[in-house]
Amino acid sequence: MRELSLHLIDIAENGIAAGADLITIKVSEREKDNLMEIAIADNGRGIPSALLEKVADPFFTTKTTRRIGLGLSLFQDAATRCEGEFHIRSEEGKGTEVSASFKLDHIDLAPLGDMAGSISCLIMGNPGVDFSYAHEINGESFIMDTRDIRKELDDVAINTPEVIRWIMNTINDSLKSLKSG
Amino acid sequence: MSRLTIEDLKKIRDDTRKKTMLREGGATVKITVHMGTCGIAAGAREVMDAILEEMSGTDRQDINIMNSGCMGMCSSEPNVTVEIKGQDPIIYQHVDRNRMRQIFKRHVLKGEVQTDFALAKIQ
Repeated sequence: MRELSLHLIDIAENGIAAGADLITIKVSEREKDNLMEIAIADNGRGIPSALLEKVADPFFTTKTTRRIGLGLSLFQDAATRCEGEFHIRSEEGKGTEVSASFKLDHIDLAPLGDMAGSISCLIMGNPGVDFSYAHEINGESFIMDTRDIRKELDDVAINTPEVIRWIMNTINDSLKSLKSG
Repeated sequence: MSRLTIEDLKKIRDDTRKKTMLREGGATVKITVHMGTCGIAAGAREVMDAILEEMSGTDRQDINIMNSGCMGMCSSEPNVTVEIKGQDPIIYQHVDRNRMRQIFKRHVLKGEVQTDFALAKIQ
């Protein structure tokens, strides 16, 4: 994956495939700790504890369409090659949380990439799922929650192109103002 | 650029309401972008962005966009399936922005299957 935000789409799609109707995404970048953390939680069906230790194994998958499962192992690899950590917690019937940390100044750190594009892509392709996205940069943060947006939209669909464009622009604007401090 | 506000969102809502009053019936076209690990790594997000651009340029309200998982044909990703009501679904392969624009303009809007990048017809 060229960008960390692409991993984020991938892990979120796992949650949606597991029947989640809410995906919570948290990104935190703290220069003083030289640390970036990404966490993706879903309220899907969860992973049985017997499988949990196998899920990051590239040669393990529950799918029948193919024999490998690379999503989690690639994300784990992206974190560990930047001297970060990778954790996955899951409870059957409640959901799964995948979290990864990265050393911000590590030479192998892939760029976070187009967060606005990734989040809006998820919303556009999964109109039945809610997304809560929080991003913190050096103590300043913003939150975008599709449940709030739906309230404003009332009967208008969230995947209307103009709404998706508004979400994309809002995320870009908010990130820009976070970065400028 | 001025900051976007909730007021902008409300305006979008009201404009969309006016437009969708003209809508008749439900979706007649379903576009599925396969977003497994393989699809995402191969550029499925850019394909979604191209669809968003094309959707913004049409008044058609009967086109549904969905994400789905990997079909097991990882080497031909990004894959996109176009399903027009009453016709066999067509799976496209190695779709990029340009291919997606062509698929949208010709197949989705005009019903012409783009055989150059079609991988399969589901019967």
